[in-house]
Amino acid sequence: MPDKHFIIPRQDINREDFSSSIPDFNRRSEIMKNDMGYKCIITNIVRLTDQEKLFKLRIIDTREREIFRFKPGQFLMLELPGYGDVPISISSSNSNHEFIELCIRKAGHVTSALFTIGEGAHVAIRGPFGSAFPMDEMTGHHVLLIAGGLGIAPLRAPLYWINEHRERFLHVHVLYGAKEPSQLLFTYQFNEWEKINHITLHTIVEHADAGWKGKKGMITDLFSDIAINPEHTYAVVCGPPVMFKFVCSYLDRLGIPMNRMFVSLERRMHCGMGKCCRCMVGSTFTCVDGPVFDYWSVMNLKEAI
Amino acid sequence: MIYKVIAKSEFKRFTDALLRDNASFGPRQVDTDSRGKAIYQFLPVTSSDDVAFDYTATASSAKHFFMPFREELSRFVFRDQEWDQHIHYEANPIVLIGLRACDISALNILDDVLLNGHFPSPYYLAKRKNTFVIGMDHLPLPDCFCKSMNHHTISTGFNVFCSDIGKDYYLSINSSKAFNFLKEFDTRDPLDNDNCRLVERRKLISNGFLSEVDVTALPSILDIEFDSPVWEKWGNKCLNCGTCAMVCPTCYCYSVEESFNTNLKGATRHKKLYSCNLVDFAEVAGGHNFRPKNGDRLKYRYYHQHRGFAENANQQICVGCNRCGRACLAGINPKDVINDLRMEKESCLTNISSSPDRI
Repeated sequence: MPDKHFIIPRQDINREDFSSSIPDFNRRSEIMKNDMGYKCIITNIVRLTDQEKLFKLRIIDTREREIFRFKPGQFLMLELPGYGDVPISISSSNSNHEFIELCIRKAGHVTSALFTIGEGAHVAIRGPFGSAFPMDEMTGHHVLLIAGGLGIAPLRAPLYWINEHRERFLHVHVLYGAKEPSQLLFTYQFNEWEKINHITLHTIVEHADAGWKGKKGMITDLFSDIAINPEHTYAVVCGPPVMFKFVCSYLDRLGIPMNRMFVSLERRMHCGMGKCCRCMVGSTFTCVDGPVFDYWSVMNLKEAI
Repeated sequence: MIYKVIAKSEFKRFTDALLRDNASFGPRQVDTDSRGKAIYQFLPVTSSDDVAFDYTATASSAKHFFMPFREELSRFVFRDQEWDQHIHYEANPIVLIGLRACDISALNILDDVLLNGHFPSPYYLAKRKNTFVIGMDHLPLPDCFCKSMNHHTISTGFNVFCSDIGKDYYLSINSSKAFNFLKEFDTRDPLDNDNCRLVERRKLISNGFLSEVDVTALPSILDIEFDSPVWEKWGNKCLNCGTCAMVCPTCYCYSVEESFNTNLKGATRHKKLYSCNLVDFAEVAGGHNFRPKNGDRLKYRYYHQHRGFAENANQQICVGCNRCGRACLAGINPKDVINDLRMEKESCLTNISSSPDRI
């Protein structure tokens, strides 16, 4: 067959065709851009502590700003070209369509680079990714928001949601623990939360300094201060891995049903799309099935907490 | 599916034409190991004479044609305070010849993982669409356990699959592209006799498996044995080198890295295949490692392969090719580890049944 050719024709994948074939997600945002980020300008940086800064971002493109909608509890991949991308939970209100706030701790390669850039610099975001806190399901109940350290950052989004729909909830308690008083985040908002939004805030630190007038101890010590009605309470927990075990088992003993306790987990992530497997716990991806899990799912996942 | 029978000499003409006109890859001997056994790899071939049709198994799997060890995901070009991001999903057509049934099964599993679900991977799809797969059946090696995983036969995921039935090949044709090519060659419809020979060949293959791994209810066994000392025992042997994941035809975990170009005018984002046995696989910024011990990481690998994926996609991700077992420097192989896990439970079963209190 010397004169006849058997060449396999090339089939190209068109980027536009491909993204339109991506289905609509019921739990997730409506339009997903999973490989090219939205460009953002950093409009404001607030230094919260030595280790944490609050970055205020604005998506530059108007259409993209319209598209980007998230739910409390979801996270995004923040990207600094040349350095890489990191999963960061969104700490601002989801009704604020103009700005996104991210509370970031200087911990690794990318976040260290982020700490060197100033206002006006450009970054990109991909997302939002992951599951959200079931805010609608929580309405009509008491809510316990329990945060340890940087765990307050992901809880700030549901807290904003509660503040904006305050009449739909009964008692709202925020239990917030940190290592030292200087490591408490968002202290400038405490008054606003308590006085305007009628949220009962309890703070505790492990190591008190001379100026500290509040309580000293572990976060579980705060439970004695509040009366919990286990039948009508939802709990949301976020903090370092060791905290989950103690807090959740305490709440479990109190009688709060496991499907009414929510935790937000942290894992190493490289893609945010359930492909790289770095965040896998058992059979579950923290990036697409989480980061928000109910305690029942977490109990069934070995090595989750 | 259309079935045809082709004489081996005519099949040679078909492959010659196909390999001549397209960028093609097939099994070739690259070296011999310390025991004098041939080592094969998928390498470029230009005619059927280059292809070692009688090869045993390649050391690396065919996944690297779809997920290269290092793959560029996107490229950034800096300008002033800004940058442009460029993404290409390009792939050139290639022919892969000589894939075994388990290799093709592995590709089907990767399709499941990477193309179904919420975020299908366009990088993988581009390569998969542009690949022409010619499969060949083979007699199993002594350590293959594809039959236990039910991946020793294959019914989808290839363009042509050839079963060796003596002086002919029995072709299963699964694509119009392949059918149109084969129109130009001398093939015939299978006769009763050919079908008999195919059944005979399949029986021969099926009966040729010497290794067996009992995977019945393995997901639940893995759950029950989560704290079993077996993990520590095998974990202590593990060298954390990640070879098992590199040669595995279905392992797809990766890491994403970005680097500046040397002229500092741009940056590239790369995807690099990774292994869950590497120490920093689950280490987060700040230094906390969710799987600090060798045993934890080894256990996670088995969990992902035999339990996690079974729960998500209703099948185990392992195809039973035993490449990891052959490549492991510490002599860890899935057959021994899984059997070891089962032994634990079976010993306690005998205790219960021999107990006089139980009737």
